[in-house]
Amino acid sequence: MTPSEHPSFPVAARTALADTQLRHNLAHATHSIRDKRAAVVAELPDWEQLREAGRGLKERVMRHLDDHLLEFEAAVTAAGGTVHWARDGEACNRIVADIVAAQGVDEVVKVKSLTTEETELNQALARRGIRAWETDLAQLIIQLADDQPSHVLVPAIHKNRTQIRDLFRARLPDAPADLTDDPERLVQVARAHLRRLFLEAKVGISGANFGIAETGTVCVVESEGNGRMCTTLPEVLISVMGIEKVVPAWQDLEVFLALLPRSSTAERMNPYTSLWTGVCDGDGPREFHLVLLDNGRTNVLADQVGRQALYCIRCSACLNVCPVYERTGGHAYDSVYPGPIGAILTPLLSDLRDHRSLPYASSLCGACYEVCPVKINIPEVLVHLRDRVTSEPPPDRHGARGRVDPERLAMQAVARVFASRRAYESAQRAARRGQGPFVRNGSVRQLPGPLGAWTSARDLPPVAPQSFRDWWRSTHPENG
Amino acid sequence: MADARAEILARIRSALADVPASERPGDVPVAREYRRADDRSRDELVALFAQRVGDYRADVQRVPPVRLPEAIAQACSKQGLHRLAVPAGLPDAWPPAGIELVRDEGLSAAELDRIDGALTGCAAAIAETGTIVLDGGRLSGRRALTLVPDHHICVVTADQIHGQIAEALAAVATAVTEQHAPITLVSGPSASSDIELERVEGVHGPRHLTVLIAEPGA
Repeated sequence: MTPSEHPSFPVAARTALADTQLRHNLAHATHSIRDKRAAVVAELPDWEQLREAGRGLKERVMRHLDDHLLEFEAAVTAAGGTVHWARDGEACNRIVADIVAAQGVDEVVKVKSLTTEETELNQALARRGIRAWETDLAQLIIQLADDQPSHVLVPAIHKNRTQIRDLFRARLPDAPADLTDDPERLVQVARAHLRRLFLEAKVGISGANFGIAETGTVCVVESEGNGRMCTTLPEVLISVMGIEKVVPAWQDLEVFLALLPRSSTAERMNPYTSLWTGVCDGDGPREFHLVLLDNGRTNVLADQVGRQALYCIRCSACLNVCPVYERTGGHAYDSVYPGPIGAILTPLLSDLRDHRSLPYASSLCGACYEVCPVKINIPEVLVHLRDRVTSEPPPDRHGARGRVDPERLAMQAVARVFASRRAYESAQRAARRGQGPFVRNGSVRQLPGPLGAWTSARDLPPVAPQSFRDWWRSTHPENG
Repeated sequence: MADARAEILARIRSALADVPASERPGDVPVAREYRRADDRSRDELVALFAQRVGDYRADVQRVPPVRLPEAIAQACSKQGLHRLAVPAGLPDAWPPAGIELVRDEGLSAAELDRIDGALTGCAAAIAETGTIVLDGGRLSGRRALTLVPDHHICVVTADQIHGQIAEALAAVATAVTEQHAPITLVSGPSASSDIELERVEGVHGPRHLTVLIAEPGA
């Protein structure tokens, strides 16, 4: 993908910020889930110990990812599953499409999976004449609206109940004409619509929340029962799993199943968790394929500071507490992974040069780090990526090397001024004299000329009429 | 085409050049200082489990074992259920008279879809989270049995209730490692929070969950 295809975060955010309905929907949803999460987390006296165990387990896995994957592969195979390896999204999609095609079907049911969104599996299947039905309610809404997900857990968080009602009426032939926007009614329409598909589908496709190296067990965590349907009823099941989702042992689920539901949906436990180990005679699919996907994960692993981004268990707590996400929503991040975790994961997974503005899509307030169930230090990685952005040359589509970077020059000038007390104080005096025309209601909203780029998304406090040093000198002449 | 497996493993190893060759996975410390056992009494755990299952808007009732048939009959009449699918190993003492039982000996999804509900036991339960653990065995039944019918009536015996997630997972660990048993954790009826993050019960899984806690002396 060329850099020009990714609009910078400030540009994309402007569209979202102008949409008052969107901002209202987001503020409502994120604030209500925030309070609920805090309540169920406070219920556990050992929450911090669980977080520390989760972090430790993920660190162990990442530092020995090859060993864990080989153990996992052997266990899945021993239990009757078939393991495939895919170095990128295209390879993954080809493997999945080949398995589906071999079954001679043109329709599959799918459980919501970020990993298959990342590889754009549905589009790839469509090109092979295979229709993939999303069965998660929010994914169905997104699919019917030809929209993009905007949240890791609740992809349609940007739509309210009335918008969803209108969409169902327009796009679902079996939706009753008198459908109201009562969520219970809307859910029943989705149930009726998908029932036939579940009962008849020959092939199911899922992602994976966890893969257990010791036993070869795959885990899918969900609420609606569509995950159970897709992983139980079809004859053939294909699960796509990022290589970082492996955890060492069966016992370790006790940590992650305590951390994930409380962090994501603010529940003590999600309604359904499915754990299957290969194939089981007479119960569930007779054929199980597991696709292990790299698609940039080894790039993340190679960045020693950024490596912790792979600990992510996709709970979305960091999105819900982020002051930036709350206002812009997910689309501004232009990635399957929005919010604070997306701001570090997206540039690390693909190419930092294509996403240079994402590490700046944060006020570094640290709320994301505080709620992260596996203690990913997102602010630390953001600062590290900002450092990489300034030290690695920007992409230059015109081929000219060593182009002058005005921000870099300005920062170098500022560094010189800040290094000398005399230069700093005379700059202060000059600013005090010159800022008059730019101060509106106590802040500088728009700096002149090229400096205006900095104030396009920020206000600047004006230089105070008297500095602390000036005040000290005038009140303590004896110490001057 | 180069071998993707070999290539990915090589990329992982080169990405981990900073990890000393002598380091083993077990050398990376994992602090397990969270609660792995629960010292609350059986009575407290049963009460907590009942309350937490109820919080999910499931019907929950504590009954002495001899009154199970009566409680099941009541649940059926309340929900209008006449035919129940049951797993092969369902104890004969549980089902009431007057309800038609369909033994699951490989019922198809379409057949299960035409049955009013399922009556099963379980493998374990978790008080802290109000969770039922199904293991695909003689009491829990096949996965489809507790998934396709619209009602699930589940009998949990008091001695199956553990305090912590860790204890319940340990209880089914052997079934997983030795028999590759499929494990399903059920916490309330199916639900969705996809519309404005508001929980609504009853989506694709059973819309109604009744939990009967068989407890001597209840």
